[in-house]
Amino acid sequence: MNIVACLKQVPGTTEVKIDPKTNTLIRQGIENIINPFDTYALEEAVRLKDKHGGKVTVVTMGPPQADAALREAISLGADEALLLSDRAFAGADTWATAFTLSRAIVKLEKIDLVICGRQTIDGDTGQVGPEMAEMLTMPFVAYVSRIEEIKEAYLRVSRMTEEGHETIEATLPAVITVAKEINVPRVPSLRGIMRSKSAKILTWGIQELGVDKDSVGLAGSSTQVIKIFFPQRIHKAEIFSGDLEKQADALIDRLKSARIC
Amino acid sequence: MDYFFNEQQKTIKDLARRIAEEKVIPVRAELDEKEEFPWDIVRDLAAADMFRVFIPEEYEGLGGGCMELCLVVEELSRVCSGVAVTYAASALGSMTLMEYGTEEQKRRFLPDIASGKKLAAFAITEPTAGSDAGNIKTTAEKVAGGYLLNGTKQFITNGGEAEIYTVIALTDKARGARGASAIIVEKDTPGFVFGKKEKKLGIRTSATRELAFRNCLVPESNLLGRPGLGFIQAMRLFDRSRPGIGAQAVGLAQGALEAATDYAQERVQFNQPLITMPVIQHMLADMAIQVEASRALVYAAARYVDSGARNVTEESAMAKVFASDAAMKVTVDAVQICGGAGYMRDYTVEKMMRDAKILQIYEGTNQILRNAIAISLRKRRARTA
Repeated sequence: MNIVACLKQVPGTTEVKIDPKTNTLIRQGIENIINPFDTYALEEAVRLKDKHGGKVTVVTMGPPQADAALREAISLGADEALLLSDRAFAGADTWATAFTLSRAIVKLEKIDLVICGRQTIDGDTGQVGPEMAEMLTMPFVAYVSRIEEIKEAYLRVSRMTEEGHETIEATLPAVITVAKEINVPRVPSLRGIMRSKSAKILTWGIQELGVDKDSVGLAGSSTQVIKIFFPQRIHKAEIFSGDLEKQADALIDRLKSARIC
Repeated sequence: MDYFFNEQQKTIKDLARRIAEEKVIPVRAELDEKEEFPWDIVRDLAAADMFRVFIPEEYEGLGGGCMELCLVVEELSRVCSGVAVTYAASALGSMTLMEYGTEEQKRRFLPDIASGKKLAAFAITEPTAGSDAGNIKTTAEKVAGGYLLNGTKQFITNGGEAEIYTVIALTDKARGARGASAIIVEKDTPGFVFGKKEKKLGIRTSATRELAFRNCLVPESNLLGRPGLGFIQAMRLFDRSRPGIGAQAVGLAQGALEAATDYAQERVQFNQPLITMPVIQHMLADMAIQVEASRALVYAAARYVDSGARNVTEESAMAKVFASDAAMKVTVDAVQICGGAGYMRDYTVEKMMRDAKILQIYEGTNQILRNAIAISLRKRRARTA
C-alpha cells in the first residue's frame, strides 16, 4: 500500500503575530514545527504501512527550510520525502496549495491513500484536503477518527461529526483528513533519526511538476488576504437583580428570546 | 559543563530526555503509588530503539557502550529512578551474554533484547549471598540433556517480567564460588517459578522478585563461557555496569536539584522567595557541586570502561559510591528545602529521596565497594614499594 501523508511546517506557537503591513505571519524568532494535526496523519500512515506493508511518502510545499519537517517525518517512520519548493509557489492560497500538492501526487508511483491532518494551526481553513481530493478526482472523507478496515480497493472509516460518528466506506484511492482522536503519535526512534540525517529529500519545483507559474503561488490563487486583524472584544454583561426566583425567570426569558433554550 | 558528546550520543541523550518528559513524568507518581510495572514505558523505549543502544550492531543493536547506556539511564532517572533501573537491568542481564556468549547464543537472544521485545535480568543474589556474593547455594547439576537447576535467587530486578535470565549457579558444588557458572534460563522453563513482587521503599515501579528453581532443566547450550568462571564473570560484569548505577544516581540527583530550585524560586516566606536567602542558596550550590562532580566522575569511569581497559574495578566503584552517596544527600536536602510540601507524596522530591537509598545498597554496597577500592590501593602500594 502506497500512502502519501501531507504535512505543513508551521510556527510552533498559537500566539502568532501578524505584520500589519504585509498581512503575513511574523515568523522570525519562532521555532517551526510539523503542524500538530499532520503528525496524526503521518502516524496513521506509518501504522498502516507497518500493518499492510508498502511505503509512506511525506509531501510538503514550503521554503527550503521545510526540509527539517520532512527529515523529522522520516525519523518518525516515513520512507520517502518530497519537498515542493519554488519561488513561484509563494503566497499560495488553499486552492493553489491543493493544486500544487495534487500535481505532485499524480506524479508519484501509484498511490492508494492520501492522508492529511484535519487543518493547520496557522491557516485553520481545513480546505486543502478536500480541494486536493476534488482535483485528484478521488473520494474524500474528513475528520476520520478510526480506520476500521482497509482492503485493496476500499476502506471503511469512522468519522466524527458534530452529532456523533458516521461510518463511511469509500473506494481507493482516496483522500482522508484525520482528527487527533485517531491515534497517539510516537516519539521518533534512534534508527529513524539516524536515517533522517542522511536521507535524500527529493525537491520539485514548477519545472519538475510541469506546471505553469501562473497556476501556482499567488498568481494561481483565487483568493487573497487583504487584511488580518484581531476582532474587537465587546463585553456586554447583563446583571439580573431581585430575589432568586425572579432572577431565574428573567434568565430563562432572556435565554428564550436569544433562542438559546 | 560540556562533556563533548558526539552526534550519536547527543541524539540518544535528547531522545531519552524527550521520552522521560513526555511518557514518564505523567505516570511516574501513579506507577510508584500502585507499584505497577511500567510496561507502557518499556514499549515506548523499545519503539524508540533505546534497548538497541547497548547491543552490538551485528545483533540489531546500535553498538553503543557504557557511556551511551549511562546517558539513557541518567535521563530516565532524572524523572523516575524506578523506570531507569528497569531499563538498566535489561542491559545488566545481557552483558555476560555479550561478553562470553557464543555466536549462536548471541544470535539466539540478543536481537529480541535489542528490539525490546524481551527484557533481560541478572540473578546472583541469594538469601545467604548478598555482599558475600561467593556464598551462593543454587546448583546447576550436569545431567543428561543439560543442567538441572535447584535453589533460590533473591531481590532480582525485572524478576517475573523479564524473559531472559542470566543466572549464576554452582556447577561444581564442592568448589564453592570457583565452581560457579553463568547460565541463561528462559522464562516459562518448567521448574522455574517466581515469588511475589517485593514491596520496596523506593523504585517501586520496578519489579523485584524471588526466583525459584525446582529441578529446572536447561539445555547445555545455555551455559555462558566455561564452567567454573561464573563468579569471575559476575564480578567483571559489575565492574562494567557500576557506572550505570552512578548515572542513575546523577540523574536522580539532577532531578531533585531542579525540583528544589524550582520550589525555592516560587516559594515566598518573610516576603521573599527562598532562593534569595543565603542559607538556601548555599544548600542549592552544594547540591549542584555534588551533582556535577558525580557526573564528571561517572562519565570518566564510563569512558574508561569503553576504552577497553582491562581492570576498571576501582574507577567504576568510585563512580558508583561517590554518585550514590551524593544522590542520597542531595535528595534529602531537596526535601528539606521543599519543607512540608516536599514531605508530601504529591510532591516529587519525597519519591526521589526514597528512590535514592537503594543506590547505596545494590550492585555492591558502598561499604563493600570501599573495600574493593582499598584493596586496589594496597595492591598498587605493594607493586611500587
